[in-house]
Amino acid sequence: MLLKNTWNEFIKILSKPRSYLGVGALTLLIGIIIFAMKADGKSIISFVTASFEQTLTFNGHILNGYLIAFIILQMLIVHVPLLVALVTGDLIAGEAAMGTIRMLATKPISRTNIVLSKFIAGAAYTLFIIIWMGFLALFVSTALFGTGDVIVLNSDGLVILPEADVLWRFGAGFCVAFLSLLTVSSLSICLSAFAENSIGPIVATMSVIILFTIIGSLDVTVFDSIKPYLFTTHMVSWRSFFEDPVPWSTIRQSVIILVAHNVVLVAIAIVRFNKKDITS
Amino acid sequence: MTTEPIIRVEHLAKRFGTFEAVKDVSFTVNRGDVFGFLGPNGAGKSTTIRCLLSLIRPDAGKVELFGKSYANERSAILANIGSIIEKPDFYRYLSAERNLEIFARISGANVGKKEIAEMLDFVGLGDRGKHKVKGFSHGMKQRLGIAQTLLHQPELIILDEPTTGLDPQGIVEIRNLILRLRTEQNKTVVLSSHQLSEIELIANRMVIINKGKTIVEGAVQDLLDANDLQVRIETDDAGAAKSVIVAAYPTTDVTQLNARELEFPVHKDQVHLINQLLVNAGIPVHAIEPKRKLEDYFMNIISSEHVA
Repeated sequence: MLLKNTWNEFIKILSKPRSYLGVGALTLLIGIIIFAMKADGKSIISFVTASFEQTLTFNGHILNGYLIAFIILQMLIVHVPLLVALVTGDLIAGEAAMGTIRMLATKPISRTNIVLSKFIAGAAYTLFIIIWMGFLALFVSTALFGTGDVIVLNSDGLVILPEADVLWRFGAGFCVAFLSLLTVSSLSICLSAFAENSIGPIVATMSVIILFTIIGSLDVTVFDSIKPYLFTTHMVSWRSFFEDPVPWSTIRQSVIILVAHNVVLVAIAIVRFNKKDITS
Repeated sequence: MTTEPIIRVEHLAKRFGTFEAVKDVSFTVNRGDVFGFLGPNGAGKSTTIRCLLSLIRPDAGKVELFGKSYANERSAILANIGSIIEKPDFYRYLSAERNLEIFARISGANVGKKEIAEMLDFVGLGDRGKHKVKGFSHGMKQRLGIAQTLLHQPELIILDEPTTGLDPQGIVEIRNLILRLRTEQNKTVVLSSHQLSEIELIANRMVIINKGKTIVEGAVQDLLDANDLQVRIETDDAGAAKSVIVAAYPTTDVTQLNARELEFPVHKDQVHLINQLLVNAGIPVHAIEPKRKLEDYFMNIISSEHVA
């Protein structure tokens, strides 16, 4: 029954216009970034490297597809959660608003399976968004700008990654980025189980992300103890794959915390939905 | 008629915050019943029906369907129920056919495209299967709701206001459908409706609830005493007709509605005698109409509750 309802959820997501809104917005944003880089990329890169030119000389094809893919990922990882929440926040609450939750909950499928099937479908949508983002960022960029070494500016300074050592980092980075977006998806599904319309969970999800991000960026001692446990702290962990050497223990810790968030949020959604009186 | 209970509700209670939606509702529905579920607005009908379908968890009391309880056998119970609650809601962005596919897939029965097409034909939406539900009228959604309810061949059908928004022809079709479900397929139907005339025509048993409590439950025939009618007579001279009737039946309480109309209670066997009496007295009778008794019964019982 879980698989059957998961298939139903795929059909619903694929049939909703809002599902394509995110894909369209992502395509447009990446298109704009690629256009901007094509039009004025060299001066943007010169601006970044200028401060190092007294001590370093940059040769070769710096403005390449890999670098642009890195820039795109860095810029959009902040915005993609909204696109994910737009769809996943609607999965339970949207059904409550439409009244179809009554029909669904009177079928011989357990409420736990209803939530799990929505989580799986939400995860599949999130995966699709990440794959689409990866396709546009990596393949379109490299097709237009070619490949080359990647120069990454970290807090410790510049990291130069050879061309041959980059692709696996993107692959692993996209996997961790998927896990962080999956956490956003789980959060919005969890909030959706408490709501009767989809606007609430979508706004609440973004509010939580903004709040946690602000707490994470504030240099206040009282927040230091909670910062490592906020999922937003680990949403940029994909970037760790572009350090040399790769800080595996930090990445491992981020993965554990993100997975734990997903488990807890889905569990809360299941408990809440099982106890919920459906009065809509 | 078998008396095997399909639904057994005992002392059901449900509170939302400080509001007691259902205080003490009990009733039994037997296999093959068309069971009328009546009550004024706010009586607790919807809450009770939602408890029957496990949409709402009762605070107290017992709900048993097919001799099973939701605590242990939720899926087994729901696989045998088809329902419309308040109004059928569908995925507006999907076609009628696709909506039925979605609900059929999780109904626990083996329902294919052929059965879906047949069901759409059955409810008169055969040519609308590919159309998106967002373009459907309320009546069409109601028909699609009926299709969704019957698609997996459930034993028990729970219909909350199934004729709302339907045109007169649609109402008659639904009524005939319910009667066919009972007579041809021995389905059990629980029917909540504000249209008391509909309940009177098709239900064999009923319960009336008010203010969250069961007021009366039993066979419709027994509760209404089908032989006692309230009739309205239309004549040329209501005053003269009243005198003739009262002279012949002094204990009858005849009400003159206007210059041409009278209303009074009468036994079914006496209707033709009164007609003959008036005609013999030279008073032409243009119409004799029985009034729907359930309406009066319902109003009396509810108003006596209010007084109490």
